[in-house]
Amino acid sequence: MRYGETGFNLEVDLSQGKSEKTETDPKLTELHLGGQGTADRILWDRVPGDVEPFSPDNLLIFSTGLLDGTPVPGANRTIVNSFSPMTNLHSHSIMGGFFGPELKYAGYDKVVIRGKAPDLVYLWINDDKVEIRDARHLRGKGCHETAELILRELKQDKAQVAAIGPAGENRVYTASIDSSCGSAARGVGPVMGDKRLKAIAVRGTKDIAIARPAELYETCLRLRQELAENPKVGDWMATDEDDSFHHNNFAWGNARTRRRDFWSKELEERWRKLKYDHMNRQRGCYNCPKACHNVISWPGRRRFSYKCYGKDTYHMAAFQELDFSYDILGIAQEYGVDSYSTPQVIAFALELLEAGILTEKDFPGMPADVRGRFLYILEKIVRREGIGDILANGVYHAARQIGKGAEAYDHNTVKHFEQLPIKLGKLNPPYFLMIATGEKMSITQIEGSFPQDPLPTMEERQEFVKNWIACPDDKFKKWFLEWEKREALPIEASCAITDWNEAMHYIDDSIGLCGFLSSFRGQFGGRTGYHVWNIPLLISLATGLDFDKDKLWKVFQRNRNLVRALNVRRGMRRKDEVPPADHWAKRDPGYEQKLLDSYYQFKGWNNDGVPTKETLDRLGLDFVGKEFEQRGILTS
Amino acid sequence: MRTIIRTIKTIKINPAKCTGCRACEMACSTFHSKPKYNIINPARSRIRVFWDEANDIFLPVLAGEYTETECNSRYILTINGKEYGECAFCRASCPSRDIFKEPDTGVALKCDACGEPMPEGGPTCVQWCDSGALTYAPERTEEVEAAEEEEDDEVEEL
Repeated sequence: MRYGETGFNLEVDLSQGKSEKTETDPKLTELHLGGQGTADRILWDRVPGDVEPFSPDNLLIFSTGLLDGTPVPGANRTIVNSFSPMTNLHSHSIMGGFFGPELKYAGYDKVVIRGKAPDLVYLWINDDKVEIRDARHLRGKGCHETAELILRELKQDKAQVAAIGPAGENRVYTASIDSSCGSAARGVGPVMGDKRLKAIAVRGTKDIAIARPAELYETCLRLRQELAENPKVGDWMATDEDDSFHHNNFAWGNARTRRRDFWSKELEERWRKLKYDHMNRQRGCYNCPKACHNVISWPGRRRFSYKCYGKDTYHMAAFQELDFSYDILGIAQEYGVDSYSTPQVIAFALELLEAGILTEKDFPGMPADVRGRFLYILEKIVRREGIGDILANGVYHAARQIGKGAEAYDHNTVKHFEQLPIKLGKLNPPYFLMIATGEKMSITQIEGSFPQDPLPTMEERQEFVKNWIACPDDKFKKWFLEWEKREALPIEASCAITDWNEAMHYIDDSIGLCGFLSSFRGQFGGRTGYHVWNIPLLISLATGLDFDKDKLWKVFQRNRNLVRALNVRRGMRRKDEVPPADHWAKRDPGYEQKLLDSYYQFKGWNNDGVPTKETLDRLGLDFVGKEFEQRGILTS
Repeated sequence: MRTIIRTIKTIKINPAKCTGCRACEMACSTFHSKPKYNIINPARSRIRVFWDEANDIFLPVLAGEYTETECNSRYILTINGKEYGECAFCRASCPSRDIFKEPDTGVALKCDACGEPMPEGGPTCVQWCDSGALTYAPERTEEVEAAEEEEDDEVEEL
C-alpha cells in the first residue's frame, strides 16, 4: 500500500503511439522523495549524456510532488524535467495551479514521455483510460484557448489541461507550458513542441491514501489557518502596490539601465488604479490560502492572470509603463512564452538594431514605436520568422548566430541562460555563488531563505533572530547578528547560506510545495511557512516514511548531487560557472575564485566542480561515481 | 406558553470571493471518508466548484437531492455574454453527470453540513475557506415553543 504517492507512473511512447502504467520502486521514494528528485533518477538511468534535447530519446517528465493532493496546503506543484535545447543541460521547471493534484487523483505520480509523435497530438488521461488523440485542429492555438477547446471536445469541465501555444509548437527556446494559473518554462516548452505534443488533459477520480490520516488532517488545518493569517507568505505584490524594489533596483532594457529614482507615489497611485480597474479577482492554486494571481481583463485580450515580478518584466525591458505589460502579457501568455527571458531577448534585439549590428532590413515592416516593436518582434519569435528564427534561440545563441560583435550584447547569461536583469555595485558573495553554480538556471530558484540585506541595528537583528523559526542551525543566527554590510559575509557563511537557500528549493521541488509558502519567502521577513522543522513531520504523516531533519537534508544533498551529475555528464565544469562580467561593478577575481574553491569543497566537489567519489558514495550515488570513473571524469 | 428565539444558520456562498483553490473539495472528501480522513478524493466531495476562468466564474455548489431521472429539457443561461447549460449550477445528484456521486459505486452524495453533531468549528468546507467565499452565518430566526429549561438557541439547518 502506498501512502501520499500513487506508486505508479504513466509511460508514454509518442513514436509508437502507446502508453503503459508502470509500478514504481518505493525505495526510490525514500531516497529521493518525489517530484524532481525521482524524475532526475529516471533521467540519469535512461537518458545518456550524448542525447540531444531534440532527440526522440530525450525524456519529458511531468511529476507530481510527493505531497500533491494531500491536505498539505500549497502542495500542488507540477514539476517538469527534461534536457533543455538552450543550455544543453538539465531542464528544471515547475508550475502551480491544479495539474499536479489532478494527475495524482488519476492514479499517477508521473507521466514519462519519450519519442516523437508523427504529427501534432494531445494526451488524454482519464484515470486508467489513456488516449493519444489527434491535435492537428489545435495547431497554432493559444495555450488557454487550447485548454478550453479540449475540455469542450472531451465534454469534461473538471479536467486540467497543460498546453503549449504556437511558440512551443515552433520550438522557441523560451516557450512555456501553461496550465490554468501556472506556467513552466526554462526549456521544457520547446521539448514538448519537438515531441509534437500539444497538450496533456487529465481527469482523476481516485483516492489518495494517507498513512496517519487524523494527525495529518489536524496538522494541515492548523497550518492552513496559520498560513492564511501570515502576511509573510504568498505574493506580497498581490496586495502591496509599492514596487519601488524592482523598478528602482533592477536593470531596464536589455539588463542595461538602473533608474534609482523611477518610483513615485503619483506613479504608484496611477498604477494601483490601472490594476484595480482591470482586475476581476485574485485567485489561487490548489488548496492554498493565498490568492497570488491577479486576474486581468484587458481590452482586446483574453482574460489572463499573472503574479509577482511577471508584472514588470515586459515594461521594464521596453522602458514603458504597466499598461504595456498588461497589453503584451495578454497575448504573450496565449502564445506561450515565458515572461522572464523573452522580454530580455526582445530588448537585446533592439539594442543590436540601435548599434547597427542588425539593420532595418532584419525587421521588415516593423513599427517605429517601442511598444509596436516589442509586439512585432514577439510575433516573429513565436513564429520563428526572419530574425525571429534566430532570436527564438535566446540571447546567447542569437548573439553567436548574428555575430558582428553581437556577442558583447550577451552580457547577462550564465550557462547560456538569461539571468535576472539586475546589475549592482558590490558583490554579495552568496549571490556570486548562487548565480555561478545554480543549476536551476535562475536566481529565483535558489535564493530565498537567508535575507538579502543585513538589518541596521543590533536590536532589530536580535528581534529577527529570536523569531527565526525556519533557521536550521544556530550558525546562521550568529552570522546574521554579526552582519553589517551586505557584501561582507565570511566565506564560510556564504557557502552555508547558498547551500541552505538551495536546499529548501530542492526539497520543495520533490514534495510539490510552492516557494511562496516555503523556499522563496523566508528571505523577505523571515517568517516562511514551511521549513526543515515541519516538513519532515508532514512527509512522515502523509507517506508513513520515517523522516527527520537530517534525513531530509540528506535527500536534498542526494538530489542536488544528482542534478550536478547529470550536468557534469553532459560536459558542465567549473569553466561554465561564471557570472556575467558586468554583474557587479566592483569585481575581485582572486576573491571570487577563492569563494568558488571553498564552495566546491563545502559541497564535496573537486576543484573542477565535479562531485567526488566520497561524496557520491556517501549519498548512495555510487553508480554515478562508477560511471564517472569509467568515463575518466573522475580518476580513481 | 413560553417561546424562545431560534437562530437558523446556513452555509452562505459568495462566488465573488472564491479564489478557486478548491480546498473545500479536498477537505469535504477527506472528512467524509471512512475511516475519517483516510483518503482524499475531490470526486467524492459534496461541494464542487464550477469554474470558467476565462469568464471569471468560480461558483461553489453544494450537493443536494438525488434524482432518478434527468430534466427533460435544459435551459440556457447567458452570463457575461457566454452561454452555459443549467447543469453547471445544479445541486442534484443526477444520472446525467458524474459529480455528487461516489466515483466507484455511483452512490449519491448529499451535503449534510458535516452531520450530527456538527464538527466543532462549523462545516468542514467553511473551516478551510479563508477567502470568505464560504461562511457559516445566521440566515433567519424563528420563534418557537420552548421546552422546559430551553433557552434561545442556535441550530443549523440547510
